[in-house]
Amino acid sequence: MAVPTEMEPVGPAGSAEGAAGGAAPSGLRGARGTGRGLIRYALAKLGGALLSIGMVVVATFFLFRLIPGDPAVAYTRDVPLSPDQLTLLRRQMGLDRPLPEQFLDFVLKSLRGDLGTSYEYRRPVAELIGERLGPTLLLVGTGLAVAVTLGLWQGARAAWNHGGRLDRFSTGLSLTLWSVPTFWLGLLLLMVFAAGVGPIPGIFPTRGMEDVDAPDGPLYLLHVAHHLVLPCVTLVAVVYAQYLVVMRSSLLDEIGQDYVTTARAKGLRDAEVRRRHAVPNALLPTVTLVFLHIGLVVQGAVTTETVYSWPGLGLLFYEAIKGPDFAVMQGTFMVLCVAVIVMNTLADVLYHVLDPRVRSA
Amino acid sequence: MSDVTARRREGLARFWREYRAQRSGMYGAAILVVAVLAALLTPLLTDPSGLDVTRATGEKMAPPSLGFPLGTDESGRSILLMILWGSRVSLLIGFLSALLSMVIGTVVGITAGHFRGWPSAVLMRITDWFLVLPTLVLALVLAAILGGGTSTIVLAIGVTSWASTARLIRAQTLAVEARPYVERSRVLGGGHWHVMTRHVLPNVAPLVLANTTLTVAGAIVTESTLAFLGADAGQASWGSMLRGSYDWGAVTSGAWWYVLPPGLCIVAVVLAFTLCGRALEVVLNPRLRGVS
Repeated sequence: MAVPTEMEPVGPAGSAEGAAGGAAPSGLRGARGTGRGLIRYALAKLGGALLSIGMVVVATFFLFRLIPGDPAVAYTRDVPLSPDQLTLLRRQMGLDRPLPEQFLDFVLKSLRGDLGTSYEYRRPVAELIGERLGPTLLLVGTGLAVAVTLGLWQGARAAWNHGGRLDRFSTGLSLTLWSVPTFWLGLLLLMVFAAGVGPIPGIFPTRGMEDVDAPDGPLYLLHVAHHLVLPCVTLVAVVYAQYLVVMRSSLLDEIGQDYVTTARAKGLRDAEVRRRHAVPNALLPTVTLVFLHIGLVVQGAVTTETVYSWPGLGLLFYEAIKGPDFAVMQGTFMVLCVAVIVMNTLADVLYHVLDPRVRSA
Repeated sequence: MSDVTARRREGLARFWREYRAQRSGMYGAAILVVAVLAALLTPLLTDPSGLDVTRATGEKMAPPSLGFPLGTDESGRSILLMILWGSRVSLLIGFLSALLSMVIGTVVGITAGHFRGWPSAVLMRITDWFLVLPTLVLALVLAAILGGGTSTIVLAIGVTSWASTARLIRAQTLAVEARPYVERSRVLGGGHWHVMTRHVLPNVAPLVLANTTLTVAGAIVTESTLAFLGADAGQASWGSMLRGSYDWGAVTSGAWWYVLPPGLCIVAVVLAFTLCGRALEVVLNPRLRGVS
């Protein structure tokens, strides 16, 4: 149902552009056609994203109805309740109403940002999530920035010296990192750099984002940065290999292109051919893949935050699983999924803006 | 008939010749043979009673010694014994969930490639949805909701990891169905089932094989991560051992013998599966040959 709406606008946009280019090669018309095409494309993508988010909401509703036993008991686990309280709670949760009505209620509440109440924390789930968002954004943002920079840089160098020592080394490294479970890498780093090995003392804190005696003012930033190092390194190690591999293969594709040969034939220096001609083109597909792998980053964040007790969304999710605190689990699950879908859609549209070849195809 | 068997044997011999030329693939295969043999022989050679917390004989958190080559855990159990028994759980869950994932992926992929129009559109929409969602998060939720147990973990991993396979198989199905002999079969009255099972499936099978090998690698990592995050199968696996090492402070107290061996086992087996999968891809997909 949704796919036709997604596919349709792409066709007309492409043909409109083709007609504009063929009939009247005036820059204005071409540009306007492209702009309209882009908006259509973005709208189609937005529709697709909304459908995906809708599917997440529906899936969440039915998934969490699969919990064996009485949901009211499951959600309030470990909180002793009298039968009267349970009846009241069932009414509050809407469990006494028919399923379609419950579903509608759930959807409306989710749309309003009401994700229910955690009985473990005795607070609204949305509030808990809001609190934990900051640390996660800090960790993921820093990690991504480092991973992307490092991955793209190394990937480009590996591809340029294809088959060389750096290339073999980085291919091997990325293969190995892919085989290493994130949490184990985290444990190893903890063991070596936080607990210390033999005579070497631990130089980084073992857990959390700040200590009880955290300093104020500008020193606080340093304090947090000190705590951030190990989680960040772990997260970078997980995702950076992906970017490296993508950039490497993308640049390898470009190296064989005619325009690179032309650039060389013009007498440009090697570094310049790479920096000004090949790399910008190779970056395009990489940009999307960076965002497409955001799901991987989210997974990395969950495990990394667990290992280092980093007070973010991932740790909240883990604690909810361990509880189990189904209200928090449900809310975090939806927020994580929606975040990934939004990032993916952004990537699609961004790619469309950046790469004219896709627009006309 | 014998003609066919002879041809098959010859094909197999050629496959083996080409696979043998892949050095990294051979390393991977060697590691796998050792791991599978260890998993199969463990019940014959060792006594599972050592896994019981109440009947553990060793000292608590003791470093490696003659009696316990890899030391002991927090309740005095032999780490080596746990590794051996854990290999059975980790490998079994890895294989089973990869199998489940491949079956779902292949069925969805072939169906979406064969039937054009809305069925394909709907299937691909669902596939893309699964592709985008963070697999681990979904698997964790599934495992938490359905409760512990081997089958739950297998289900959680299998159900969340088939999407990329489905995409791959669909693309291959589209390519196969465009070939003239499929059209001929259709004109001669071959039904959907006939085309899908007799023409498409044999042609995508090699791809499925190579992909399964890679999927097992991913499934073992996911299993260990799930176990570390608390969703284990109730038996000691490499992942749940690492969970124990973390819970009991082996990491901060420097009990390396509790942290290193399970992790190294995971890395070795996953790397082996990955190497085999890549070697299989090269052998089965001639287009990749010559490209590193």
